[in-house]
Amino acid sequence: MKTIYLDNNATTQVAPEVLEEMTPYFHDLYGNPSSAHTFGGQMGKKIREARENAALLLGVEPGEILFTSCGSESDNAAIRSALELNPDKRHIVTSRVEHPAIKSYCEHLANNGYRITQIPVDKDGNLDVAAYEESLTPDTAIATVMWGNNETGVVFPVEQLATLAKDRGILFHSDGVQVAGKIPINMKESQVDMLSLSGHKLHAPKGVGILYIRKGVPFSPFIIGGHQEMGRRGGTENTAGIIGLGKACQLALANMEDENTRVKDLRDRLETEILKRIPKTRVNGGEAQRLPNTSNISFEFIEGEAILLQMDSYGICASSGSACTSGSLQPSHVLRAMGVPFTMAHGSIRFSLSIYNTAEEIDFVIETMPPIIEKLRALSPFWEGNARSCGADKMPF
Amino acid sequence: MWDYTDKVKEHFQNPRNVGEVEDAEGVAEVGSMSCGDALKLTFKTDKKGKITDAKFKTFGCASAIASSSALTEMIKGKTIEEAEKISNEDIADYLGGLPKEKMHCSVLGQQALEQAIAHYKGEAVAEKEGEIVCECFGITDKEIETAIRENNLSTIEDVINYTKAGGGCENCHGAILEIIQKVRGEEKAPAPPKMSNMQKIKKIEETIANEISPSLKQDGGNVELVDVVGNRVLVKMQGSCAVCKASQQTLKNFVEAKLREMVWPDLVVEEVAP
Repeated sequence: MKTIYLDNNATTQVAPEVLEEMTPYFHDLYGNPSSAHTFGGQMGKKIREARENAALLLGVEPGEILFTSCGSESDNAAIRSALELNPDKRHIVTSRVEHPAIKSYCEHLANNGYRITQIPVDKDGNLDVAAYEESLTPDTAIATVMWGNNETGVVFPVEQLATLAKDRGILFHSDGVQVAGKIPINMKESQVDMLSLSGHKLHAPKGVGILYIRKGVPFSPFIIGGHQEMGRRGGTENTAGIIGLGKACQLALANMEDENTRVKDLRDRLETEILKRIPKTRVNGGEAQRLPNTSNISFEFIEGEAILLQMDSYGICASSGSACTSGSLQPSHVLRAMGVPFTMAHGSIRFSLSIYNTAEEIDFVIETMPPIIEKLRALSPFWEGNARSCGADKMPF
Repeated sequence: MWDYTDKVKEHFQNPRNVGEVEDAEGVAEVGSMSCGDALKLTFKTDKKGKITDAKFKTFGCASAIASSSALTEMIKGKTIEEAEKISNEDIADYLGGLPKEKMHCSVLGQQALEQAIAHYKGEAVAEKEGEIVCECFGITDKEIETAIRENNLSTIEDVINYTKAGGGCENCHGAILEIIQKVRGEEKAPAPPKMSNMQKIKKIEETIANEISPSLKQDGGNVELVDVVGNRVLVKMQGSCAVCKASQQTLKNFVEAKLREMVWPDLVVEEVAP
């Protein structure tokens, strides 16, 4: 059975060009860039190249790129540094819909005496910018708000948020893991102080990430060790991973156009056809500005894990915001923050595409989804005569 | 991804007895859409009180659907008296087991069966007994108590997996802990059996090895049995326990409490100098 992979916000395949670029650095050219000999030293040149390619994708100077082990490390490192450098400030501003790398870390800090303000979103997933502005105080050490949401694809006005923070002398960080390669980024024109990226979301391997730190913004290292990464992150470089990520950044820049035209068209077609063919469905965040590859669709009266497992039997991979999928009992915190009723949140499926998806694949999914949904709805006690569906019909959707 | 048995997957892909029995004599609807699981069970019987047909409709995940399908298969052909004896464990066993986080799916099936039988017998469907403890999922103290007793639960995590209570905002965790302690307290109430000294020592050793050490080791500590003199249990604290300021509390509230619960109610634990 052919796999149709529509779960690219979870992780992506390593691009063949990336793999090719990386391969020699596992076996033939395995030296340590810190070594004095030529064999190890030649690695330094490749890492420099990778840093230049990453800088090009973000429109920044190579010296502003710090290679890390993943997006979560970048997120944690940014917040930690801000707190360490501002020991008298005890307040953090963030949003209610962050990735766990920010959300859980902030909850951890809340248990350790920090005050956390989580800015709400509206029903379309848009951030309450007025509430954000009001929440910034002289006690605020850092404002950290994601750029693009991993579950819904909703894009926040990060430039505006960064400027509001900057005007008050507050550091601004953004989790940009989902936006890199999907929307154009020009950090030169931006007020964002720090930005996190993850390799495996843009066709580089897992285990490598980036923290962009604007020149002049003070930074206190998360991992203290050797002099690597200009003394800002100890630990021998993940040379192959970094070289792969550099290549992936180069490809992402080249493929941005395709992502925003062909991939977006495929996403739009998938969404339109599913909504047309299957009654009682809605797109979560559909009214907001969104990433070109993401579609979060709720199928009423059925549960997400059951949908995913049915899709799985056809080789279709996606994600769900249902409680059963996550292992917790609450459906997605993102959908709940948007006020999506439980009845809809439990049946939500996230489709996330990449440049490797084809029109044939999308056609197959469009044909396959209606019978899957029909099969599960036939089992559901709420489907027939859905007037008695816990008042779901009275919901404003 | 959940580790489902082949039988769970098979019942999920090919659910048996989907629908509603016409002229059903036993009908139950449990759960709700906001909880993420809901089940409607219907059945009818022949003149001898044997269940001849049973059907279900379920809103929920794969294991909820499989549990419902299994339940209908299990009760068909059984008398009401036989069906009444089916527990949630039986449903899970029928499917070759469920992941522990999914045990609440089997509980849902058992609850539906209980309610449908009550309906069949013409008993008024009991109002939910007891006080709501978990506001998020509307679970009462009685329901939590029953689940603890029937499934021998001992931690909040167990209670969440079996009843969902406590799985939302977590505000009720204190109350759930009290219920666990209350039920556990009742269990040790029956008069302890007579025990020889050798048996007692052996039981103490086992309890330390199986129930106490693993918890202490998680925090880098441990406790070693030195001697048993009558009801005095002499132990040596090790690792981080040996230097921990709260070790006396650990000794009394955990080690002694556990030994009293598992071995003998009159035991006194004493620490001997290293």
